Amino acid sequence: MTTAMNDQPATALSDDERIIEKIVARYAGDVGMLIPMMQDIQAEHGYLPVAQLRRLAKRLQVPLSRIYAVATFYASFRLAPKGLHEVTLCVGTVCHLKGAGHIAEVICKEFQVEAGGTTPDGLFSFQPVNCVGACALAPVMIVDGKYHASMTPQSALKILHDLSAEKPAPEKESRK
Amino acid sequence: MIVAVESRLRSPEDLAEMRESLRARRRPGEKIVRICIGTGCAAKGSRRIYDLFQQAARETGLAVEAVKCVGCHGFCERGPIVVVEPGGIFYQGVEEPDVAEIVRETVIGGRPVERLLYEDPIRKTRAGRADDIPFYRAQHRIVLAHNGVIDPTSIEDYIEVGGYSALAKALTQMTSEEVLEEVERSGLRGRGGGGFPTGRKWRSCREAHGSPKYVICNGDEGDPGAFMDRSIMEGNPHSVIEGMIIGAYAIGSSQGYIYVRNEYPLAVEHLRIAIERDREIGLLGEDILGSGFSFDIRINRGGGAFVCGESTALMASLEGRPGEPRAKYVHTVESGLWGKPTNLNNVETWANVPHIINRGSEWFASIGTENSKGTKVFSLVGKVVNTGLVEVPMGITLRRIVEEIGGGVRDGKAFKAVQTGGPSGGCIPAQHLDARVDFDELTRLGSMMGSGGMIVMDEDTCMVGVARYFLNFLRDESCGKCTPCREGLAQMLYILDRITHGEGKPDDLDKLEQLAVLLEGAALCALGKTAANPVLSTIRYFRDEYVAHIEQRRCPAKQCRGLFRYRIEPELCKACGICRKACPVKAISGAKKTPHVIDQEKCTLCGTCFDKCPFGAIVKV
Repeated sequence: MTTAMNDQPATALSDDERIIEKIVARYAGDVGMLIPMMQDIQAEHGYLPVAQLRRLAKRLQVPLSRIYAVATFYASFRLAPKGLHEVTLCVGTVCHLKGAGHIAEVICKEFQVEAGGTTPDGLFSFQPVNCVGACALAPVMIVDGKYHASMTPQSALKILHDLSAEKPAPEKESRK
Repeated sequence: MIVAVESRLRSPEDLAEMRESLRARRRPGEKIVRICIGTGCAAKGSRRIYDLFQQAARETGLAVEAVKCVGCHGFCERGPIVVVEPGGIFYQGVEEPDVAEIVRETVIGGRPVERLLYEDPIRKTRAGRADDIPFYRAQHRIVLAHNGVIDPTSIEDYIEVGGYSALAKALTQMTSEEVLEEVERSGLRGRGGGGFPTGRKWRSCREAHGSPKYVICNGDEGDPGAFMDRSIMEGNPHSVIEGMIIGAYAIGSSQGYIYVRNEYPLAVEHLRIAIERDREIGLLGEDILGSGFSFDIRINRGGGAFVCGESTALMASLEGRPGEPRAKYVHTVESGLWGKPTNLNNVETWANVPHIINRGSEWFASIGTENSKGTKVFSLVGKVVNTGLVEVPMGITLRRIVEEIGGGVRDGKAFKAVQTGGPSGGCIPAQHLDARVDFDELTRLGSMMGSGGMIVMDEDTCMVGVARYFLNFLRDESCGKCTPCREGLAQMLYILDRITHGEGKPDDLDKLEQLAVLLEGAALCALGKTAANPVLSTIRYFRDEYVAHIEQRRCPAKQCRGLFRYRIEPELCKACGICRKACPVKAISGAKKTPHVIDQEKCTLCGTCFDKCPFGAIVKV
């Protein structure tokens, strides 16, 4: 076995650079896998840091504009850090019929957050989405991966007020 | 999981032998506890129930393998669902404290726990088995047959119930041409919405020039209110993969893709496990079952864009670009992914293929109507008693689905419409409830089959509001590439916004219809072409409601804020003062023990009093 010293690459990479290298290698540098790579970057950082996207563009030799186009086209990508907790509200048809639109309004007003944004204190990011496919539970709100069924404006606000400033529940972070 | 297979299967005989050895381990009267871990049941805590059953199994000396995680049973309304063998005893609404009792009474004692059985709401009788429940009785389960029976993460379970036998048959007893002919003769049509004959699509792709050829499974189930594809991917991922391998063999493809919606993490997880296991034992990869045919599959997660359900947009996304569709003067079967011939089918379409190969095209074609064969899975949701997934033969009436399987409308309200086909579908009113559900009939009624969402709406639903909701959805999801869709939808939404705010004009309906015709003729892709359906179908069947909004400034369903008022019913008011204190503009007055009243001049129609009143004394008029 070699010593620990020899495991280091010739030019030392920063942590962020190493993340990009690892992700690009995972897909063998295939530009067609740009979206999965960006999903992995987001999984790593919680959002898409501009510096990382610049590195990715350089590494894959694609224009940054193309990466930006992808990042802004798809709803699941975010260019700003997310809050401590992740709150997803289903506003699919069934949830809508059962009042999810009103719940979204109430949440935005109460916490001064806009759809897709993060509360001013960084407590949670709020993302209304088109159907999570759990229509039997409508209206559904997902907080850090935990599903809350049959929401009302009152019960939704209570859950969000009870969110503590501690780390989110571990349930969500199981993805590699 | 009984025996883990370590060695590769090199021939159909190996597969058959493995199936025999798996089956040989089964004993009659064997005890099995199946716990649904589909998204619906899992959200109600079924994972925890699974853990408790495992713990109980260890404590009572029951084999731990007897406690199984299974996919969605479809009856999401009554989750978490636990089924105990022998006898298929069907428990619903199981909670953590019930676990000990089920283990003691049923698993050990062999007696049912009466109170956890399904109770017929009218006859008040208990149903012991799933088949005794009306929700299941009228169904014909082919694609969903093994959902809720097998552990979706166990390839052994799938093989034991006959999985991959169709693949073995196709690869060794049939030529690729014969497989193709079998699918053509079956009359299978695409389950993703278009209803295009699957066999014809395969043939076009097979005969197209160019290589390599690709096959894609469209798991980007974007229609809100539809979750059948998710349940199939989560509950029986191998059936989709088996269908894809058979299709690839018929078409002559060696690379497949499954494009799964970002919101479905469990489906991705189960597909990933399934593909890994298939590779390990040689059902994916080089020289499958010693046939010389090679094929592999990659999973891509979607980025959260509805338009990616459209084939050309999905392929753009697979190429790492924004999911914008292109005009289809050249079909994707000739020039699709990376400009190569590409065959894309929906999850449910692929899952039907193994059954057709196994049981033959004649059997499949004997189910359904003249031009729509087989079964269709619908997600029956909305204001219906039994929310869930139902698989029914084509040609069943809407009434049977809504009333018999769905148990009718919730809370004793009156039925108003059923919306099918997702955001681009239409609303079908009560007078057409006896229509037979198939591709052509639904189109004739101004809606469409779509991927199978079926949303029941009751008398409290404002149909103008529904049209507005779908249009708003489509406006947000329009990719913006073509002008008719980008600008047309925005204009239509602007008009509907005005109508629902009581500012409609007499010629608004004409304008909406003109724009709808324009969209249908000029938009680039299916999203735009069908986007006006919700507006057109609601105008067609519920013109009165539009007129009431426009001419009388009144919302008949009392949903559009400003187009109805709140009033306190003096007989119901208990003078508790809650509404008076909650009113943000102090519009409610009343002393102790005298019914309160709302000052209509001051009222801003915020609805706070309506939400807060504990006695339901505040009504919309």
